[in-house]
Amino acid sequence: MFEPVLLRNMDVPDGHLLSSYEAGGGYQALAKALRQYTPDEIIDLVKQSNLRGRGGAGFPTGLKWSFVPKRADKPKYLCCNADEGEPGTFKDRIIMERDPHQLIEGMAISAYAIGADTAYLYIRGEYVLAIRRLEQAIAEAHAKGYLGTRILGLDFNFVVHIHCGAGAYICGEETAMLDSLEGKRAQPRLKPPFPAVAGLYASPTVINNVETLVCVPHIVARGPDWFRGIGPDKSPGPKLYCLSGHVRQPGLYELPMGISLRELVEDRAGGPPPGRRIKAVIPGGVSAPLIPERGLDVGMDFDSLAAAGSMLGSAGVIVIDDSTCMVKVATRIIEFFHHESCGKCTPCREGLNWVVKVLRRVEAGQGAPDDLEQLEALCKGIFGNTFCALGDGAAMGLRAALAHFEHEFVAHIEERRCSFH
Amino acid sequence: MREQIEAAAARYPDQRSAIMPALLIAQKEHGHLPGPVLEEVADILGVERVWVYELATFYTLFHTEPVGLFHLQLCDNLSCMLRRSEDLLRHLETVLGIEKGGTTPDGLFTLSTVECLGACEMAPVMQVGDDYHGDLDIARIDALVDRLRAAAGQATGAELAAAGPPGE
Repeated sequence: MFEPVLLRNMDVPDGHLLSSYEAGGGYQALAKALRQYTPDEIIDLVKQSNLRGRGGAGFPTGLKWSFVPKRADKPKYLCCNADEGEPGTFKDRIIMERDPHQLIEGMAISAYAIGADTAYLYIRGEYVLAIRRLEQAIAEAHAKGYLGTRILGLDFNFVVHIHCGAGAYICGEETAMLDSLEGKRAQPRLKPPFPAVAGLYASPTVINNVETLVCVPHIVARGPDWFRGIGPDKSPGPKLYCLSGHVRQPGLYELPMGISLRELVEDRAGGPPPGRRIKAVIPGGVSAPLIPERGLDVGMDFDSLAAAGSMLGSAGVIVIDDSTCMVKVATRIIEFFHHESCGKCTPCREGLNWVVKVLRRVEAGQGAPDDLEQLEALCKGIFGNTFCALGDGAAMGLRAALAHFEHEFVAHIEERRCSFH
Repeated sequence: MREQIEAAAARYPDQRSAIMPALLIAQKEHGHLPGPVLEEVADILGVERVWVYELATFYTLFHTEPVGLFHLQLCDNLSCMLRRSEDLLRHLETVLGIEKGGTTPDGLFTLSTVECLGACEMAPVMQVGDDYHGDLDIARIDALVDRLRAAAGQATGAELAAAGPPGE
């Protein structure tokens, strides 16, 4: 039986308050980090743990931190990416609503490691309850000396500012988030320079996802070997999985990295509704290519899913049963990406506009015989030709739907109708 | 409004960063963000007006046009779609007598669909003001609309004005 790590405080009454967090051993990892380790030693611990970024890309966190120049004539910044916008994903919201101090402790240790004294926590404006809880938690942490100047009486100063987003999926892309923080339209930057060298206000900046940051206190408290012992060695640790769509028990599940997708969907989340069969599952938010039912025996970790032609992404697991029209699913996904395209680069802005038009007419039973060729030509024009991964995600998602469910697209065009509704 | 905006601006080394928080503050006060409010924000922060305009027209949470007292924001992204949010949209359109994007003539309700609210565990879900309403079905939608109507009936004129009725 797996003992929850990141969600261990979920059922604690008033778990969002400092008193509850301290009663469960909260902020002891911060004290240990500041008293027993140098910043470089913290970076080494995180490197040894093999922690990989939980925002979706899976980049090794300790390595990311080590890119920050040791000596810099500018201030360094930590940014927490809490702009959770990937459809199917709600893990960070639940952490921030119910256990905000866990995030603040993780941010404080991470800031100490990279030498930052200021953090911006970029959170979706829609997450009103999480924002209130974080504001309260930050005030409590200041009052108790876990934030502010000379934290725990030691030579470390650190403050966290909350920055509310205003509804733009693209802010999940880290350089778009930086432009947004600087008061500009959120559009991705050309890299290099990478944020670790020239990020927020052209200063060295580390951007980490909420779930990544909340792993850090546990790595400090229990050691990198413990962390690496959970799940696959190259992609280890406790992992949050968001289950939604056609399952009997949607919700947030914490299990080891690498658990089988089939076990997650069929056993933990109770499988599809009575009388229904699973048709496909999107394993990591709508940017992740869907997997047909026969492919569900795959490990939920970065490497296994990449080998299976999909990705872990944000671990937003969306289950689709056999009552569903896959043309409609593909259309809705591409409509989303089209709506959220920031408009900076042509292949994404214009290409997705065309893809939406073609998909809508196919779904409406008005598709032309060569529409599938059109869609592939458009995917080819988008994939690999955009500033950021938004366009790639859209093209990969559509290609997966076409590859696995081509017969449904063909039927829509030949029968000139949708047989599902 | 000025004091709140100046307090927010103190969190950043660059005033331009404070435009987003300032617009959220201004929208809370005025209900939406017409041109004169955008210009006031620019003046308070001492930044270019075009910088303020470009943000107000980029981010979906900013409204340059009036919205109803209660903004019903129904998620229709994939997880909610799979749990039949479309039926709820059609029902709301019928009950309120408006189409998606419209506002009721009494200014009480604006009906929108939005992209993923990040609460798919309670799909289908709708945000109204600061609150999320999840696991929705037609009965729950009806009860919610009734509650909101009753709340509006009890609100004083000053409260309605503070909440930002349309057309101001």
